[in-house]
Amino acid sequence: MRPDLEIIQQWIKPGHHVLDLGCGDGTLLDYLQRERGASGFGLEINPEHITSCMGRGVAVIEQNLDTQGLGNFDDSSFDVVLMTQALQAVRRPDRVLDEMLRVGREGIVTFPNFAHWRLRWGLSLSGRMPESEALPYKWYNTPNIRLCTFKDFEALCRQKGIRIKSRRVVDGQHQNSWLARLWPNLLGEIAIYRITREKEQ
Amino acid sequence: MPDSLPTDSVGIVSPQTYHFETPIELACGQALESYDLVVETYGELNADASNAVLICHALSGHHHAAGYHSMDERKPGWWDSCIGPGKPIDTNRFFVVSLNNLGGCHGSTGPSSTNPATGKPYGPDFPVITVSDWVKSQALLADRLGIECWAAVVGGSLGGMQAMQWSLDFPDRLRHSVVIASTPRLTAQNIAFNEVARQAITSDREFHDGRYYDFGALPRRGLMLARMVGHITYLSDASMGEKFGRELRDQAYKFGYDAEFQVESYLRYQGERFSESFDANTYLLMTRALDYFDPAYEFGGDLSRALAPANCEFLVVSFSTDWRFTPARSEEMVNAMIAARKKVSYAEVDAPWGHDAFLIPTPRYTDIFNAYMDRVAREVGA
Repeated sequence: MRPDLEIIQQWIKPGHHVLDLGCGDGTLLDYLQRERGASGFGLEINPEHITSCMGRGVAVIEQNLDTQGLGNFDDSSFDVVLMTQALQAVRRPDRVLDEMLRVGREGIVTFPNFAHWRLRWGLSLSGRMPESEALPYKWYNTPNIRLCTFKDFEALCRQKGIRIKSRRVVDGQHQNSWLARLWPNLLGEIAIYRITREKEQ
Repeated sequence: MPDSLPTDSVGIVSPQTYHFETPIELACGQALESYDLVVETYGELNADASNAVLICHALSGHHHAAGYHSMDERKPGWWDSCIGPGKPIDTNRFFVVSLNNLGGCHGSTGPSSTNPATGKPYGPDFPVITVSDWVKSQALLADRLGIECWAAVVGGSLGGMQAMQWSLDFPDRLRHSVVIASTPRLTAQNIAFNEVARQAITSDREFHDGRYYDFGALPRRGLMLARMVGHITYLSDASMGEKFGRELRDQAYKFGYDAEFQVESYLRYQGERFSESFDANTYLLMTRALDYFDPAYEFGGDLSRALAPANCEFLVVSFSTDWRFTPARSEEMVNAMIAARKKVSYAEVDAPWGHDAFLIPTPRYTDIFNAYMDRVAREVGA
């Protein structure tokens, strides 16, 4: 079990109805179904991933967040809406966050930190777009079109009245190091945010 | 056709007739006192009867879904591409049941069968059958075969409607409902096409108000026209374009109204073949069953409420160029399932062949179907 998934599963209760945006091959949902007794759906656009989900018994819907949104899901119809490593790949992350917290009572979001020291270092020294384990692409073929830093994300949450219930910062291997906890925006590579609407709970 | 049978074929098969003596009450208020269902099965039912898969046929389909009836048969069963050893519906693992529905014209009791009350063919007196009626008769067939619960009920188009209706009428008698290239209800445009087809049949001089059997007549032209209209709607503009373009049968225009374009002669040929093998009253009946299907009707149009009783998992598949039952219709169904908190998976397969794509193996379609059915097989220990 990947440590980030380990962290996420602690926040899922038995019987929770979960929506996983960009669910990939269904690993996380499969785990949550089997280990946590959760139910729910994954949304995905990659055909191979969709087939994998079907093969392992994860309910997956072919749906494009950018073009179709989440309009087919009712308000507050999920306990938790997950989005791991997909926020940076959607056209309007701000709107996706709104939608996540419309259809779900709670959201869990993970994304790579563009302010990590290695990326800052790479850009300042070489003058070229940085690459890392969390961002292993060239600038022209990357699916990640909305890169941000932890500070940026938290500023957006404040602006939107989204409450951050907890945040775990891990490195590229998803380890939770004490240094990263100390200077997250500099040393953290990936953050796992647990968010909710300001007024709820 | 084949000199030798392909290794992934179910081989030579023969249909069986099951006779039912207990009357079946139909949605229209009438009953059939006794009736026959013609059935083909492939594969072996396992010890706990958990590996049975029901195949529901579409408008003009029947029990012969896979394999060959003889070495002389030109083409295999209508869904041979998906049923057989190593195919998505793997007959090494599943016991597959396919039947000709009530009202059909391939051996099951239908309008051309003898009405025991009169000793003559039923003709127009044969009751109108609904999708629910078919599902009821299929459940009685399952009883007869010793199948308490299907591993999956699978169908495309009108067959998909039956797969869906199963989940509502007998929620505890299927584990999976596979609904391919289907719709939760026909649109006005769909009904309009069906009406053109029916008008073509009923306005044929040889139709004799549906009693053509008594006159030794057959409304062949009407049935041919009906099939031609239908056929056009099952293909896409692109696939027709690719197959025929504007190709002429001869070099130049003849400035007349014979079949000059290849597509015309193709349609005429298809229509004629069909009119020789299909019963006109059955065509009327099947298109009406399509028109009537609308599980949401009793629930004020709210499909998610209609779906409340369903207990199975769903797989819904649509095809990008299907304009008869568009992907939007499948999405409507999927969204209602989501709202009703049913477990559903959905994919839209990019394929150029229009509605007919559900009968044609494309890599993505086959992958999806394989992955899903493999998982169903594992679940039932097949």
